[in-house]
Amino acid sequence: MLDAIKFYQTGSNTVGNRLLNPSMRAVQASSDRPNTLISGHRACQGCGEALGARYAIDAAMRATGGQLMIANATGCLEVFSTPYPQSAWRLPWIHSLFGNSAAVGSGLAVAARVRAKKAGNTNVPRVIAQGGDGGTTDIGFGPLSGMFERNDDVLYICYDNQAYMNTGVQRSSATPPAARTATTQLVGEEPGNDWGKGKNVPLIAMAHGIPYVATASVADLKDLEYKVEKAMSFHGARYIQILVPCPLGWGSASGSTVTVARLACETGFYPIFEAEYGKITSVRKIRQQQPVVNFLKLQRRYAHLTGKKADPKVLARVQAMCDDNIRSFDLLGDEIPETMPVAVQAHERSHEI
Amino acid sequence: MLKQIEGSLGIAEAVALCRPGAVCAYPISPQTHIVENLGKMVKTGKLQDCEFVNVESEFSAISVSIGASAGGVRAYTATASQGLLYMVEGVYNASGLGLPIVMTVASRAIGAPINIWNDHSDSLSQRDSGWLQLFCESNQDALDTHIMAFKIAEEVGLPVMVCMDGFVLTHAFERLDLPSQEQVDQFLPPYEPREFLDPKEPISMGGMVGPEAFTELRILQQRKMHKALPIIERVTKEYRELTGHHSGGLLDCYNCDNADVKLIIMGSTVGTAKDAVDELAKQGIKAGIISLKAFRPFPYEALRAAIGDTKNVVIVERHFSYGARGILYPEVERALRGTGAQIHTAVCGLGGRAILGSTIKDIVNYSLNNKFSSEMTWFDVDTKLINSYLKDTEGVTLPEGPLPEDVLMDTLQKVRA
Amino acid sequence: MLQIRLHGRGGQGVVTAAEMLSLAAFLEGHFAQAFPSFGSERTGAPVVAYARIDDKEIRTHEPILEPNAVVVQDKTLLGAIDVFAGIDPQGFAIINSAEPAEVVVPDLVKKLPAGHVLTVPATDFAMQKIGRPLPGAPMLAALAAATGVFALESVQKSFQSRYPGKVGDANADTAALAYEYIMNLKNGGNNA
Repeated sequence: MLDAIKFYQTGSNTVGNRLLNPSMRAVQASSDRPNTLISGHRACQGCGEALGARYAIDAAMRATGGQLMIANATGCLEVFSTPYPQSAWRLPWIHSLFGNSAAVGSGLAVAARVRAKKAGNTNVPRVIAQGGDGGTTDIGFGPLSGMFERNDDVLYICYDNQAYMNTGVQRSSATPPAARTATTQLVGEEPGNDWGKGKNVPLIAMAHGIPYVATASVADLKDLEYKVEKAMSFHGARYIQILVPCPLGWGSASGSTVTVARLACETGFYPIFEAEYGKITSVRKIRQQQPVVNFLKLQRRYAHLTGKKADPKVLARVQAMCDDNIRSFDLLGDEIPETMPVAVQAHERSHEI
Repeated sequence: MLKQIEGSLGIAEAVALCRPGAVCAYPISPQTHIVENLGKMVKTGKLQDCEFVNVESEFSAISVSIGASAGGVRAYTATASQGLLYMVEGVYNASGLGLPIVMTVASRAIGAPINIWNDHSDSLSQRDSGWLQLFCESNQDALDTHIMAFKIAEEVGLPVMVCMDGFVLTHAFERLDLPSQEQVDQFLPPYEPREFLDPKEPISMGGMVGPEAFTELRILQQRKMHKALPIIERVTKEYRELTGHHSGGLLDCYNCDNADVKLIIMGSTVGTAKDAVDELAKQGIKAGIISLKAFRPFPYEALRAAIGDTKNVVIVERHFSYGARGILYPEVERALRGTGAQIHTAVCGLGGRAILGSTIKDIVNYSLNNKFSSEMTWFDVDTKLINSYLKDTEGVTLPEGPLPEDVLMDTLQKVRA
Repeated sequence: MLQIRLHGRGGQGVVTAAEMLSLAAFLEGHFAQAFPSFGSERTGAPVVAYARIDDKEIRTHEPILEPNAVVVQDKTLLGAIDVFAGIDPQGFAIINSAEPAEVVVPDLVKKLPAGHVLTVPATDFAMQKIGRPLPGAPMLAALAAATGVFALESVQKSFQSRYPGKVGDANADTAALAYEYIMNLKNGGNNA
């Protein structure tokens, strides 16, 4: 885990580079940046996924000395980066299907090992498989679990924007309760996504006992880079899930992607942690706790929770979910949870609205 | 080297001789013995520089193969029936990406009702998947075809499905002649893909193609299929010269000179049919067998030449298309257009019902006695079983014997009001 | 072409016996084929396997409906299924039993030529030498002795190549017992 940051700019809570020692500074436009996902791609303004991928993959390129290949699931990242005949990727990259990027990654890792062995080469290229939350937690879940179970030498990165954005914002098993999507509209007695549904893939990944699991967000790019580099220091199956706000799907302003991501962390809505071999090794503590409404009110997907007609009981339930996270992961204390936290969905399922 | 072994072991040995880099395995009968044997060979070190991956589904079996092939090694997997259907999305993807994967399909019926036995409905469901589909008439043919398949796939730049009859071949213990490693190395050079994922020369594979170029890419894919026909012929010739084995090819003719009727057959029924027509020849009945090896690409010209001026042509189909007729029929008709040949389909051998020598003789006699009244006729039907159902439910019955499709349709007019 | 049908129950090594029969014929330079009835039967259920031996390539893959020899590894099948269906009038039948053929299958004894219907206590022999009820090797040895189509040594060699070491040797010993038993029977010895 990185050193705790002690100084913040008042108001925005951002961290200026001048307040950090040089090794801690995020370098947006350094001349030696690999720029693996180069400019000119077709992502929306303020795309959290593009930001997350740019930092994650550049970090992996640095960690592997450029010996890196990617298997990409179908989804926004694939569509906006490789419209034929162009490609924004400056590394070996393949897109096969929506649900199989983990398995394609396993195959690439096999090929890399076999080719290196035949050539007497000890420098074996490394593999990242990646996809959105739909391609990871839903349709690609079987192959993902298979890759974990075999401990294949693949880092899987899930860019979690909490719905199927590429197809027009439909619910996935990573969509939080009460959120509006095209298939969980803000109508009826319980508007938005159902309560007591969804799955917690980081915890499921930990239960596979794989070497490394982490969550991250685009609110803290230095932490993201650190985690990707850390992941590349392990061999075997690894999983990083990055919270990447989607301005289109979340109904947030293009300019507030990082702010929304930060509030997700500061409210306890999205716990940021690392685990090795099934055990939590670090938790990113909340700096300045905020009520969840501050996170919700920036997003039209939660419009029904913040307006005049808002149901305070539902808002309270979202807050309770965050509080459960804060307790389970000890997001405010000094401890690291000794046992695996219970998935927040379990808390939700045991609550009455 | 001559060995008395199970067909599946023969295939495993043949695949190992081709030095694959990745073998993916997911169990489904009747292909399982093939990958089991390959797994053993990797574990004992007999098959080196190869990884054996036990995946969690057929979908991942094809997906790991796609990754391995894109990563620049020979990739092999095997499946059948439901397994083939479970991997379909990847099947189409592999051909679109132009990856020379070789996959055995140990042909088996598709459920429901669940059935583990042989017919060709699984392989033929992938007719339009963009894979080359090569059928095998014996275990020796299957063994040799697998070795040829890697070479053909790599030269064409498309994946190859080697279709061999499940159980009938995979589980038959027979005399097989395995070529030596030196022979196979001479025939099949080390795999050097023109393009693969390599950090030294980064490429992007599988980008999104819109209406502005999609048709053109499909035309290029179709062109590869056309290119495959002469490649299959050339590779077969090379292989036959090297080993002396009479395997592979686009098709193969038996007893076809001056035949009064020619049967077009795919798969293991060919052997049974050869014995049957030999017996018919003793009675003065001249029937020839065309063993159709290449189903995709379809050898229209070669088939037309093989039929020649024969007027009676019967396709023995171990499959059919619901709401239509035989699956091979339209292809054969296209090949024989303008020749005036009478073409009929005989459907039999579904879900493992054995096609006997007597079945073949019945079909030949049916044709030579001009009994075919429909484009398609069902043979070896248990009419009593159907009638026991239809009589009670709809008050109609079917006549005993071969069942022409028109007779089946006529029963709809006679349904009890 | 010699066509042999083998009947038994799942777990008795019926399919293996058919394969070993084909291997024995192969070792003698014949063309041979063996295949199971392709069921999904479980342990204890009736199992059928087939074998063909010829001096030219065997092309057919149809099941054997008119066998020249029937091998019955489990006597309890006799009342359950028509194991001798389609048997060649000049054919052979070998049944795993300690009782004489005239007692076990009197009708068949009348139907086939003298000395063509034989019983052999294959399970007893297997228990003696292998310690498990695997009658495959002794049944094949009995068939070899009855028909003379292939040699005892080939049966022994086929089992020894499939199961190198003690198991193969025990099968070979069992085969020898059965072979002697039938030869003795044919020569009008004590077993007759």
